[in-house]
Amino acid sequence: MSDILAELQPIFRDVLDDPALQITRESSAATVANWDSLAHINLVSAIEQEFHIRFSLGELAELKNVGDMIDLMEQKLAAK
Amino acid sequence: MIANAGAVVLLRKQKGLRRELQNRPDLLSIRIAFLCGSTVNEVAAFLELLLLEQGIQPVFYFSDYNKYFEEAVLDTARLVEFKPDIIFVYTSSANIQGWPLLDTSESDLNAYVVAESMRFAAIWSGLQPLGAVVVQNNFELPAQRLLGNYDAVSPTGRVRFINLLNTEFARAAAARTNLLIHDLNGVAASVGLKAFHDAGRWFSYKMLTTPEGSLEVAKSAAAMVLAIYGRTRKCLVLDLDNTLWGGVIGDDGPEQIKIGRETAEAEAFTAFQEYCLQLRSRGILLAVCSKNSEEIARQGFEHPDSVLLLDHFSCFKANWEPKHENIKAIASELNIGLDSIVFVDDNPAEREIISAQLPAVAVPDVGSDVSSFIRVLEDGRYFEPVRLSREDLKRAEQYQENAQRAAFQGRFQNYDEYLESLEMSAEVAAFKPVYLDRITQLIGKTNQFNLTTRRYTRAQVEAIAADPSCISLYGKLTDKFGDNGLISVIIGRKENGILHIDLWIMSCRVLKRGMETVMLDALVAECQSQGIREIRGYYIQTERNGLAAGHYAALGFKRSGGDDQHQVFRLDLSQGYQPRNKYIKEYVHE
Repeated sequence: MSDILAELQPIFRDVLDDPALQITRESSAATVANWDSLAHINLVSAIEQEFHIRFSLGELAELKNVGDMIDLMEQKLAAK
Repeated sequence: MIANAGAVVLLRKQKGLRRELQNRPDLLSIRIAFLCGSTVNEVAAFLELLLLEQGIQPVFYFSDYNKYFEEAVLDTARLVEFKPDIIFVYTSSANIQGWPLLDTSESDLNAYVVAESMRFAAIWSGLQPLGAVVVQNNFELPAQRLLGNYDAVSPTGRVRFINLLNTEFARAAAARTNLLIHDLNGVAASVGLKAFHDAGRWFSYKMLTTPEGSLEVAKSAAAMVLAIYGRTRKCLVLDLDNTLWGGVIGDDGPEQIKIGRETAEAEAFTAFQEYCLQLRSRGILLAVCSKNSEEIARQGFEHPDSVLLLDHFSCFKANWEPKHENIKAIASELNIGLDSIVFVDDNPAEREIISAQLPAVAVPDVGSDVSSFIRVLEDGRYFEPVRLSREDLKRAEQYQENAQRAAFQGRFQNYDEYLESLEMSAEVAAFKPVYLDRITQLIGKTNQFNLTTRRYTRAQVEAIAADPSCISLYGKLTDKFGDNGLISVIIGRKENGILHIDLWIMSCRVLKRGMETVMLDALVAECQSQGIREIRGYYIQTERNGLAAGHYAALGFKRSGGDDQHQVFRLDLSQGYQPRNKYIKEYVHE
């Protein structure tokens, strides 16, 4: 479980251009600086491309924080 | 290299790369407004990286989503205030409103085409007063074809409709000087529609394209922006063995090289030679840079199947010197910058040396298989023109004439005698509509003989031509070897009886011919007739305009202040003026 978080760490740092950023399962657009709607598109697209997964429209709408995203990614990666 | 990085990397690293690239010195700022038919932020972010890498910092304006029509036609205030240099009308097939209805007959179809094009014509006309270059996307083919193959045929088919609209846009661009078409259709086709569109992103963010699609659009748009500012390459420098023909001519002998139609390999080399010749015919110079003995190398072009002939090369370097030395020599003989050169060599070691020694030269990674050379060159978009001028079509010829002039020069005792014998005649006059394209092109791409390195779009040039507070002159030069075309431009602004020279440029192909003296004589005549008593010239130093540093002093201007990077010169006309021209025999000043 923490594996995905560790893999997400550098992606978030790159996309949000903050080398010191520490994300946790509780991180969300409301708590992380620069995580605006455009950065969100970049994050989703970068994660989809890096992990070779695809989020559906409904799934994305329900994500509240990084933890939700990790859980969803785990389901998708397990199903591959 | 941003262009070679994939969309995945760029998505992740975009902000960091941007920060790094923004540290470059001397970034040229260009204001680009996007009128958005979809969310363009990703395309713009990629475009910014690509332009930064070329020394350009774009400043963006984004219309509200899907308000491209309103902001161009109904409420332009915010756009006007932004003062764009380029306005990108970023629409796509998703923005077409008047699709033909299902009962449309063959005879009704045209009315639909007219109606939809009129909507866009209103946009272009609305933007006209802003004086910016308008870049309009044409339409990509639709993701779905309701009628299958018949969609391209039926008057109700969307494929058919899009093809007609695109033809209409091309016509409009030919008729409107400030309108350029960005071939979104071509980009989408080259990516492949399935990999270009992304329905999920469309519904989530109103974003049209996949990251890959966005990147390809950005590359294409960047090439257009560079072309608008005249930053396109001018010369293709070619290796010989295994680049223009198969085999090693020195080892195999001229009869044994692979060229012609006999084998697949020979055909591939022939196709590449034909491609090079096509580039030449539209104004790109060809040069040879090969490790060979010159005599043997030349025999390759006497092969009966060779498409390229010795005459097609503006410069021919076959010797054993390092290639970067030869490329420098080519640039200097042709009077072009290293940043105007693209180098093609099948040998990766040679490519690496040139990249390392001459970073300004474009060295595409063409690989070692001739059948992929053309695609790699095309992907690089090095030679993108905005329009083709008459000058372009004659350029290779003009450089050929220059070579004759150089040979001729060798026969004279001194340079004065040589200039006398050239039988030069010049025409200098205020800007005319027929030359505005060429003037804009020259302003965009002249780097060396350029006193202030100011860049203007065509719309700005047009405004200057019409501005009574400006004096604008162009100059053309002809000699016994041929017509050099329009090769010099001066723009001055009048202020309280003083003319400030805002821009003075000259093509390096007429360097040291006395053309600047004729330009000054004409400028002074114009100033005197308008009661101007002083001309003030400025030299703004850049990395590339060193050869123009002594320009004003040589013409008899007096240095009057400024620092070394930004020098000011004065020419007092109140004490009369002695014409400077000595060698240009006939000279017309209208």
